[in-house]
Amino acid sequence: MNPPAPTRLSPRGTLTAGHRDPFSTLGTGLTATATVLILAMLALILGHISWHGAGGLSPRFIFGSAARDMFDPDRAGVGPMAFGTAARVILMTLFVIPIGVATAIYLSEYARSASWWTRGLRSAVNNLAGVPSIVFGLFGLGFFVTAVGGSLDALFYPDNPKPVWGKPALLWASLTLAVMTLPVVIVATEEALRAIPTGLREASLALGATKFQTVVRVVLPQALPGILTGGILAVSRAAGEVAPILFTGAAYYMANLPRALSDQFMDLAYHVYVLSTQAPDVDKSRPILFGTVVVLLLLTFALNLVAILIRTRVRRRLRQLG
Amino acid sequence: MNPHPLCPLPAPDPLPAPPRRWTGLAGGRRVRPSEWLAERGIQVLSFTAVVMILLIFLFVGREAWPIFAGRVDSSLAREMQEVIPIEAFDQTSPERLRQYLGLTREQFEAMDRETLIELMKVRIEAREQVPADKDALLNTVHWRYLLGPHQWTGYDRPEYIWQPVSAIHKYNLVPLIVGSLKATLVALAFAVPLALAAALYVSQLASPQTREWLKPGIELLAGVPSVVLGFFALIVLATLLQRLFGYPSRLNALLAGVALGLAVIPVVFSVAEDALTSVPRSYTEAALALGSTRWQAAWQIVLPAALPGVFAAVVLGFGRAIGETMIVLMASGNASLLSWNPLDSVRTLTATIAAELAETVVGGHHYRMLFVIGVLLFVVTFVSNLAGELFIHRFKTRLEGRR
Repeated sequence: MNPPAPTRLSPRGTLTAGHRDPFSTLGTGLTATATVLILAMLALILGHISWHGAGGLSPRFIFGSAARDMFDPDRAGVGPMAFGTAARVILMTLFVIPIGVATAIYLSEYARSASWWTRGLRSAVNNLAGVPSIVFGLFGLGFFVTAVGGSLDALFYPDNPKPVWGKPALLWASLTLAVMTLPVVIVATEEALRAIPTGLREASLALGATKFQTVVRVVLPQALPGILTGGILAVSRAAGEVAPILFTGAAYYMANLPRALSDQFMDLAYHVYVLSTQAPDVDKSRPILFGTVVVLLLLTFALNLVAILIRTRVRRRLRQLG
Repeated sequence: MNPHPLCPLPAPDPLPAPPRRWTGLAGGRRVRPSEWLAERGIQVLSFTAVVMILLIFLFVGREAWPIFAGRVDSSLAREMQEVIPIEAFDQTSPERLRQYLGLTREQFEAMDRETLIELMKVRIEAREQVPADKDALLNTVHWRYLLGPHQWTGYDRPEYIWQPVSAIHKYNLVPLIVGSLKATLVALAFAVPLALAAALYVSQLASPQTREWLKPGIELLAGVPSVVLGFFALIVLATLLQRLFGYPSRLNALLAGVALGLAVIPVVFSVAEDALTSVPRSYTEAALALGSTRWQAAWQIVLPAALPGVFAAVVLGFGRAIGETMIVLMASGNASLLSWNPLDSVRTLTATIAAELAETVVGGHHYRMLFVIGVLLFVVTFVSNLAGELFIHRFKTRLEGRR
């Protein structure tokens, strides 16, 4: 009987047990192909869109008004849509970051992980992440617009024939998106909080700091990159969502920029939908369509890339500590 | 008090009870009032997620409730009653007139003669517009018509039809459910093998250096907004696939499913990769030490160990696919045909809400029907999420048990 071939140690120190088995070669090849295929599809989509869309980008297009003709490639701009998207996303962060960070702090620093309440809270966060975006749209309409907005109108504007708050509005769209992105912020922040070594907390407590001082002055500054990641991911997710704002605030066309929180707004992502399904002449307005998609992708992708880079760094640290 | 037999000293006075202080959230520590307030604030804010889940269920359910409770009647029976001619206004008793116009007592008393006559004219017009059709008397939001087939006027056999237009709204949910399932199944058939294979490769077979950029690369796909995927499917992919396969209907379940698959891949990949990575390295190392190849270790040892986690990935992918709206709204063609052929155009539950809600009357039966669909979607995704969570939980305890 021959002795088995010695296992080679590669220069990098990882075990490589040479592909002698044909099934192993086949399996590795197939899975690698699948991985490459996914990346290739992503590259194709992005490549195609930027190939056709990048040419139309100009300051006039990005910041220009849409008032003259929304569908004419020579005159239309997406300035108001970009403004609307930015406004709803920034407003959303104001709501979602404090609540999301507070929940993550509670879960990671205060809650006892075994209690049924903590498990229920975790389960609620997971389930919130799985609710379809269109259901958030229905919720925004049923709760924020009809129930909250309607009550505000009945309270403060009983004599106004037209609803002030009881209609789709910038504020309601932002709040709906904040509810939707809450799990994103919670999960990212909690991951960052868990990556902080316990020794750091213990050192702070041993020096006489209270629990709360430890959380605010030692733990939170360390978790800042994670919180940032959560915020960025939430923004990029929200910026591309259409379904939740369909009935809670987005407008097909508006002559003016929104001036109050109770105004409706035009929106980049919704505009992509409008241009691709409701344009009178799809072929003619194709350059604006691709241009709008590129602007939207630049916005969400730039944000995503930054978030992924920060997260990879946080994860690497977590692995080094664990 | 008697002295203790072994201790002759008299027992000391009991310590005075400590004054009531502010206690912190964990461990009963004493804290300053300001910190107490801040910690309670954090606790209260953390309830938001739970409150929101309840509010979503309550407020989507509230709009749908009258249909569940059978309090909505979409039949045109009232409009089909015999009309009272305007000349007969003075001969009719006020009570009869009030019932005829469907007014409450207060409304009736607040109206003058001219308004009432105007209302009677409206009723006469409505009577003229009611189609002479036996179906006009049906309450189409009844469960029998929502789930079972019905032979509508003009059809030669009982059929499942979603057609909430014109005078008689047909609200059969079966074509929409089949449509959603069809698009979802195509998406899963396309996405699951790819995503699982990629997860296996990235977590087990790729070198750490390749892994470092493969994983963020695939996760980048999750950052493509669904409206962009929908746009890409509608404008580019539709033409491409039609040229490739030569089918008649340009927008169909296959196209929607493929685009949907692109949205599902990152979900399945992330969860499965996570599960495969959390299988202890000792498993792989033991297999390699026994002379197996990396592939054999990954396929025969790691994958079976991570199976519940992989299953959870598929279930979560299902939840994502069935709840996705913009992609199917743009790429599926939106015709509510009842067929299992993936080359037919489909209309899904989500796309129906998105396409029809804007044209409904708030509080009307069509509006409430769309909220019923919303409740259905909420329940389906809630259950699939719970199931996914359960699988992951079992997987974690199983790993801990074996360690």
